Amino acid sequence: MNEMTPSREERTANLKGTGCARKRVEDARFTQGKGNYVDDVKLPGMLFGDFVRSPHAHARVTSIDPAAALALPGVVAVLTAKDLEPLNLHWMPTLAGDRQMVLADGKVLFQGQEVAFVVAEDRYIAADAVDLVEVEYEDLPVVVDPYKALEDDAPVLREDLEGQDEGAHGPRRHHNHIFRWEAGDREAAEAAIGGSEVVVSERIYYQRTHPCPLETCGCVASMDKVNGKLTVRGTFQAPHVVRTVASLLSGIDEHNIRVISPDIGGGFGNKVGVYPGYVCAIVASIVTGVPVKWVEDRMENLMATAFARDYWMDGTISATKDGRITGLKAHVIADHGAFDACADPTKFPAGFFHICTGSYDIPAAHVAVDGVYTNKAPGGVAYRCSFRVTEAAYMIERLIEILAAKLDMDAAELRRINFIKADQFPYQSALGWEYDSGDYHTAWEKALRAVGYEGLRAEQAQRIADFKAGKTRKLLGIGLTHFTEIVGAGPVKNCDILGMGMFDSCEIRIHPTGSAIARLGTISQGQGHATTFAQILASETGIPADQITIEEGDTDTAPYGLGTYGSRSTPVAGAATAMAGRKIRAKAQMIAAYLLEVHDDDLEWDVDRFAVKGATERFKTMAEIAYAAYNQAIPGIEPGLEAVSYYDPPNMTYPFGAYICVMEIDVDTGEHGIRQFYALDDCGTRINPMVIEGQVHGGLTEALAIAMGQEIAYDDIGNVKTGTLMDFFLPTAWETPNYTTDWTETPSPHHPIGAKGVGESPNVGGVPAFSNAVHDAFRAFGLTQSHMPHDHWRIWKIAHDLGLHG
Amino acid sequence: MAEKMHLKLTVNGKPVEALAEPRELLIHVLRERLEITGPHIGCETSHCGACTVDMDGRSVKSCTVLAAQAQGAQITTIEGIGTPDALHVLQEMFREHHGLQCGFCTPGMITRAWRLLQENPDPTEEEVRFGMSGNLCRCTGYQNIVKAILAAAAELNAAKEAAQ
Repeated sequence: MNEMTPSREERTANLKGTGCARKRVEDARFTQGKGNYVDDVKLPGMLFGDFVRSPHAHARVTSIDPAAALALPGVVAVLTAKDLEPLNLHWMPTLAGDRQMVLADGKVLFQGQEVAFVVAEDRYIAADAVDLVEVEYEDLPVVVDPYKALEDDAPVLREDLEGQDEGAHGPRRHHNHIFRWEAGDREAAEAAIGGSEVVVSERIYYQRTHPCPLETCGCVASMDKVNGKLTVRGTFQAPHVVRTVASLLSGIDEHNIRVISPDIGGGFGNKVGVYPGYVCAIVASIVTGVPVKWVEDRMENLMATAFARDYWMDGTISATKDGRITGLKAHVIADHGAFDACADPTKFPAGFFHICTGSYDIPAAHVAVDGVYTNKAPGGVAYRCSFRVTEAAYMIERLIEILAAKLDMDAAELRRINFIKADQFPYQSALGWEYDSGDYHTAWEKALRAVGYEGLRAEQAQRIADFKAGKTRKLLGIGLTHFTEIVGAGPVKNCDILGMGMFDSCEIRIHPTGSAIARLGTISQGQGHATTFAQILASETGIPADQITIEEGDTDTAPYGLGTYGSRSTPVAGAATAMAGRKIRAKAQMIAAYLLEVHDDDLEWDVDRFAVKGATERFKTMAEIAYAAYNQAIPGIEPGLEAVSYYDPPNMTYPFGAYICVMEIDVDTGEHGIRQFYALDDCGTRINPMVIEGQVHGGLTEALAIAMGQEIAYDDIGNVKTGTLMDFFLPTAWETPNYTTDWTETPSPHHPIGAKGVGESPNVGGVPAFSNAVHDAFRAFGLTQSHMPHDHWRIWKIAHDLGLHG
Repeated sequence: MAEKMHLKLTVNGKPVEALAEPRELLIHVLRERLEITGPHIGCETSHCGACTVDMDGRSVKSCTVLAAQAQGAQITTIEGIGTPDALHVLQEMFREHHGLQCGFCTPGMITRAWRLLQENPDPTEEEVRFGMSGNLCRCTGYQNIVKAILAAAAELNAAKEAAQ
């Protein structure tokens, strides 16, 4: 090696590979207003679509008269179910095996439901025309309470399913019942609980809420009748799945459909589903022959596109009197709204709710979930979480706290004595999962030390004494959480969406001069894929990340993938990226061997080059190899340097974390102040610490919103009470605290680079941490369970009901 | 349809004209008629601030300003705050401190921060948080946005001092 050759360390740093806090390549366009979001798309002759929506939650539609709307200059068409019926598009299949009206077919089942689609020359005319469509309704009895929906004399909501005793997920037990889904061993769980010294049961409600990304959903459909090609640009978290669905629904061959996800202004699960707006825009474009744009407004977004949660969880946990957990069982009433449009892998109608044994070694467990129809919006998406994992984590972390109170034990200690131990991994849970890796005790002790846990408890005890002595009106809550997530869906053998296996993909082309482009089946919505996937590839191929373009979201160019949600991009597409990089390297090794006139086995990989073993001054860099791949004939080796990998993960990944929230609560006003929030995440191998920290900050803030104020609430007749950002809580910079982030690193043993995914952990762990802080503040005064969101009024009510207002 | 108005305003230093209905909102005239798509529409009710632009020296939510009210006004949008060759320090600091993720709120955030730092060139963290509370972000949790704005303020002040 001559003196001019950079050192290994310098060459490694130059790659900006895995582990580097690389600045984001996306930011240049976003900070200069040059993002390209769907509403920025403007095509020649483009028309605008807008919906007539139902003001009623349950009503028969007796007539729709579009005459006045059609008479308005600039109105091109008004579509109703009658127009879609000949195309068999007045209903569409949902991701959950149910079907959903695209436009009201005889009746409406929730407020805000799509009734007619107006197409006009601009958005103002479309809005005017919406008001001119005359719809006559006949009220029907409304059911918003899922328990009432299951009463014998409850009104039949889904008349289209009358007489169908078998649903997509087994028998239906009532006309408003969708499915029952179970996991675990009921008898074993009941036996374990029955024989236990201490048992607590609690109904825990995780309220209906909404992902509410800052950009609403929308699309521009463009049918090119000359070439027979349909192009749909839209807010799609899974563009390839949208292409397949569009082909199946429209009958247009899949190769003639191009789906493009441009920049997406946040998704958080909201943009996984297929919505009537997409279908109507496509039909309108086919009918009119010109592009049609549909972009919903915020109220439509909150009222009609996919909600999240709405789980009524009856949990029971048992233990010995010294705190060893013996069993867990849960029964959930899951309110799915008017249509079962949950976005879960097909075989998991309750998602991965059976991760609800959490971080604990629980020998026996059973869960049952009953899905129920009500007169509310359809959906049930994973709002910044893997499927139903937030619900599961919230339930177990509340039950642990309630059990600790019952045992009169410190909740940190109760967790400590029940954690799965590091040497138990891979760990088989009682509900059927194989946890890949973890070291919960190490993370827990690090977290407790970091916040000075003993000191906090001493301060809390003093505060309670002071409160009782009338010296203060503020209480101190210490919210603990240790969560285990399950992400990276998933193995094709049991995970699919509409029959498509949940693999993901990466295709790489190395250019002759040594830079590269890689395309993936996923799509960033802010996660920074263009930055981080290039880092994975840099480490695998020795090409600096700055010389790798990452492209996603165009189905004409990207390999097929299942998209980005459920923290699956890093575990699945990230793995595909690493594997494709390794294929590049394998071919590069053969080329290098030829160039260096040695056997393949005589070479070793060294950061960015292949060097001859024992003679490392003889080497070929990846750039040199790439050039050779294109400029000379190498016997037995095809020209070019490209690779593609479709990765079917052998297992999910199981990120975990330890969160502690210290909260001050004003007993008289119900206001809270977050004094400290410490978040330790273990997401396995860390690809970009800066991006990870950003994900944690954001996820915690969404958790803050959910725990402390956010809900989609309905009144008794099904009116949405939280349809604008005045009523639906999104925290501002003013009420959001600073967070302290920390980490441990326990790689996944089955992922090619050991990464597990992190985007959703802070929401999964954050919600119980905030909620447990509220509960903990009142534990000494006898509070067991109070439902979220813990807004000021509800916290005031807790204090009031506990008699703390004197 | 009402008769269209002849609007004349200055956008990012350039005089522009547009024909628009009296009821049209400033955000729609900017985005659809003038093809300035940096400011975004997030709520149309003045809550989210994605549409924030600067009008005659004040931050406004352009989704609830009638274009007619902007007759003769000086408007600055994100497109007028820096150029690719000469980014504003706020644009640099948002990248440096990872103050953005999906980017949808970013143009409004930076445009608001740009005015905030003119109103208060040396703000405390609390003043930044209060001054930015009309702009919502769903991705970042604000911590890095606040950091970016404080860093930009420090840099601008250091440059000012150096120039004196």
